[in-house]
Amino acid sequence: MKISLEQFDKAFENRIRLQIMSVLVANESYDFNSLKELLNVTDGNLASHLKALEKEGYIIVNKSFIGRKPNTQYSASPTGREAFKKHLQALENLIKQQRS
Amino acid sequence: MKEKDIYSELSSIRDLMERSTKFISLSGLSGIMAGIYALAGAFVGYKLVYGENSEMQLSDYSDRAVWLPLFLIAFIVLVLSLVTGVLLTIRQANKKHENYWNPVSKRLLLNLSVPLVTGGLFILILIFRGYFGMIASSCLIFYGLALVAASQFTFSDVKWLGFCEIILGLLAAMLPGYGLVFWIIGFGILHILYGSIMHFKYNQ
Repeated sequence: MKISLEQFDKAFENRIRLQIMSVLVANESYDFNSLKELLNVTDGNLASHLKALEKEGYIIVNKSFIGRKPNTQYSASPTGREAFKKHLQALENLIKQQRS
Repeated sequence: MKEKDIYSELSSIRDLMERSTKFISLSGLSGIMAGIYALAGAFVGYKLVYGENSEMQLSDYSDRAVWLPLFLIAFIVLVLSLVTGVLLTIRQANKKHENYWNPVSKRLLLNLSVPLVTGGLFILILIFRGYFGMIASSCLIFYGLALVAASQFTFSDVKWLGFCEIILGLLAAMLPGYGLVFWIIGFGILHILYGSIMHFKYNQ
């Protein structure tokens, strides 16, 4: 069966990026360490995927300090939310296509 | 992309959305323990006020000698329940390899504490002003409100426990003099019931 992959967002091809986006869409914001724990990934891995999503304009990064510790909060941008919704829709359509 | 992959992708999204917004390491056992403490507290309180050897009379309801020990009992019950709840929750979180101190548990605590602290202060004011008849109902109502507020960050079952406590509190306010009965139902029996349900529903 041939499926058009055009509707799929390249940014979400990677599973971790999609997972990051799921968390950020469901929450107002999330910090780096909590994300790391939740997704069970390494610092470097998470950082590179966050960078990619930031470049795409899908997430908003807010750096601050709590005492002396850096605290970086991430939240989904409106573009990111829209893209995530479209991606989910595409997944859903794919299932429908395969059923018919 | 195969259908199986899509399903696994969708379920991983769902799972993460849920895990990142709900704290699911609450222990049912702590509910049962809280219920037992409350029943024990109510029993001791009852003996103190109505016991055969008690020299206290219902007419001295506003007497310091009556309400101070009752207040102490309630306070001890509260502290014991909180400590047990926190310890069991930490244990449960460790078992599930979840960090108990995460953004969701913080939000849960914040939402729980606003009605709870307000209620606590309100009840202290009631005591100092001598409105003893409304204490049991106020405890139940504010506790119920706290549960409803916190429930959006954990199992939805907590919300139903909250509603039951609020209803009991309102009933207690309409039937003054039966505070102890409502206390036993709300903090004792309901907790044990709820804790058992949670324990068997999620712990296995």
